[in-house]
Amino acid sequence: MTKEKPLWTVTKYLSLLIAAFVILFPPYIIVTNAFKTPDEYLTKSTMSLPSNFLNFSNFSEAFTSADMGRAFGNTVVILGVSLVLNVLLGSAFCYAVSRFQFKLQGPLVGLFLFATIIPQITTQVINYKTIQSLDLTNHLMGPVLLYVGADILQIYIYLQFIRNIPYDLDEAAMMEGASLFKIFYSIILPLLGPATATIVILKTIAIYNDMYTPFLYLSDPDKVVVSTSLMRFFGVNSGDWQMVSSAILIIMIPTAIMYLLMQRYIFAGVTNGAVK
Amino acid sequence: MLSRLPFGTQKKIIIISFVALPLLLLLTFSYYPALELIRLSFTNWDGMSPDKDWIGFRNYEEVFSNPEIFGVFKHNVAYFVVGIVQNIVAIYFAIVLNGKLKGRYFFRLLLFLPYILNGVAVAYTFGYVFDTTNGSLNFLLGKLGLGSETSWLGTESFVNYTLASIGFWRFMGFNMVIYLAALQSIPSDLYEAASIDGANNWQKFRFITLPNIYKIIELNLFLTVTGALEVFDLPFVLTNGGPAGASETFVMKIIETAFQFNNYGLASAMSVVLLISVVLVLSIQRYFLKGRG
Repeated sequence: MTKEKPLWTVTKYLSLLIAAFVILFPPYIIVTNAFKTPDEYLTKSTMSLPSNFLNFSNFSEAFTSADMGRAFGNTVVILGVSLVLNVLLGSAFCYAVSRFQFKLQGPLVGLFLFATIIPQITTQVINYKTIQSLDLTNHLMGPVLLYVGADILQIYIYLQFIRNIPYDLDEAAMMEGASLFKIFYSIILPLLGPATATIVILKTIAIYNDMYTPFLYLSDPDKVVVSTSLMRFFGVNSGDWQMVSSAILIIMIPTAIMYLLMQRYIFAGVTNGAVK
Repeated sequence: MLSRLPFGTQKKIIIISFVALPLLLLLTFSYYPALELIRLSFTNWDGMSPDKDWIGFRNYEEVFSNPEIFGVFKHNVAYFVVGIVQNIVAIYFAIVLNGKLKGRYFFRLLLFLPYILNGVAVAYTFGYVFDTTNGSLNFLLGKLGLGSETSWLGTESFVNYTLASIGFWRFMGFNMVIYLAALQSIPSDLYEAASIDGANNWQKFRFITLPNIYKIIELNLFLTVTGALEVFDLPFVLTNGGPAGASETFVMKIIETAFQFNNYGLASAMSVVLLISVVLVLSIQRYFLKGRG
C-alpha cells in the first residue's frame, strides 16, 4: 500500500468533524431545551445547557397533553398487525409462486413486479375512497390494509431470497410424508429468517415514521399515532419550544435505542432492501 | 390431515389459498386505483355526488395551463438540486469510510442516524433550528458576527432550499450506506493491480470505483428524482406551503384539490401527470442501464 498524503488525511478527518457537527447540532438543541424550565427558557440562550438534567416535568406534561400513551399504543397495534400480515402473506405468496409450476405463474409474478412502478403517493385519492367505502377511515385497520396491500416490498425481497433455498429440502420432506403446508411453515418460513428480518426492519422504520397515511386516514383524536400526536401537540404549543423539544425527544428515543441495539441488522436490511 | 391428500390436490389448495389474498390486495390497492385515476381524470366528479360528467381533456388542459398548478413543480426543483449535491457528498463520505480510518464504524453510525428518526419530529427539530427569533442557527450566526435576522422558513426566494436542506440532513446517510455497500463489493485486487500499474488515486476512482458503482448511482438518482417529485411532509408540517404558497409542492396541491376543494376529477388528472412523470424517469433510467449492458 502506498502511504497516504497528509493533505488527504486532514481533509477527511476535518470533513467528518464538520459532518458530525451538522448532524448533532439540531438534536443537541432539542436535548438541552427539553430539560429547561419555562423561566430558564426565557432567560438563557438557546445553546446553553439546562441547570438540571433531571427536570422531567416538560416530559410528563408533553406526554399527557399530547396523548402519547394512546399514540404509542395505536402505533404499536398498527405496526404489529401490519408486520405479521406482511410476513405471512408475503412469504406464503412467494412459496406458492416459486415452488410450483402452474398456468399463469409468469404473468402473476410479472403483475406484482410491474406494480412497483406505480408510486403509492399518486393513488391515495382513489385509495381514500376505497377505504372509506369499506368503512375503515378512522379505524386502525385502514392504514394496516394500505401498509399490507399497497406495498410490494415484502414480495420483492422474499422472491429474491426463496430462490436460494434448495428444492432438495422440499423433496426430502415430501419423501418423509410432510404435507406441503407443513413444509412451508416448518422448513421454508424459518429459512426465510434473514429476509423476514430485512422486511421487519424496513417496514418498522417506514410505518413508525409515516405521517401521510395516518394524517389522511386517522383524523379522529382517539386514533392518534406517534406522528400525528406530535403535529397536534405542536398546533397547540407552537413557539413554546422547550415543551415541543421534550415531545420531540419522547418520539425520537424509541427508534434511537432500537437503532443502537440493532445497528448491524439495520445496515444489512437497508442495503438488502435498496439494492433489489 | 392435509398430508393424506395427494400432492396434486395439496398443490392446488396451496396455490389458490396463498395467492388469492395478496392478489386481491394488489388489484384493489395498486391496479384499480391506477385505472380509476385515469378514468376519473376525464370527469368533473366532486368526490360525493353519484353523477360524474365526461369532460374530455379539460382537466389536463387545466393542469398544464394554470400556473397555480403546474408552476408548483418549480418548487420541487430545489429538492432535486439539493438531492444531486446530497448524492455527491454521500459518495465522498462512502469513499472516506471505506478506507482506513479511525472510528469508521462510529461515523457510519452517526451519519446514518437521521434516517431512522421520525420525520415529523425531525421537521419540528428544524423548525426550532430555523426559527427566526429563538432559533439556534440565527443565534450561532449572530455569535459568528454574521446576520442573525434571516427568516429561513419565511423568505419566498429560498424557503424551498431551506426545506430541501432538511431532506439532505435526513437522507444523506441513507444514500451513503448504500454506496458504502457497493464499494465494499468491489474486489480489492482491482485496486492492487492498478497500484502496481502506477495508477494514482484519481485514476483509481475514475476507472475502477465509478464504473463499479454506476448502477447504484443510478438507483440513488432515481430515488432522488422521484423523492423530489413526491415531496410532501416537510413543507406540509413546517410551512404549510407558505409564505404565500412559495413552498407548496405538487402532492400538497393534489391533496388540497381532492380533499379541500372536492375536485376529484382535477386531482386525478394531477395524479396521473405525477404518475407518468415517475414512470418516465424510471423508463429513461432503465433505458440507459440497458444501453450500458
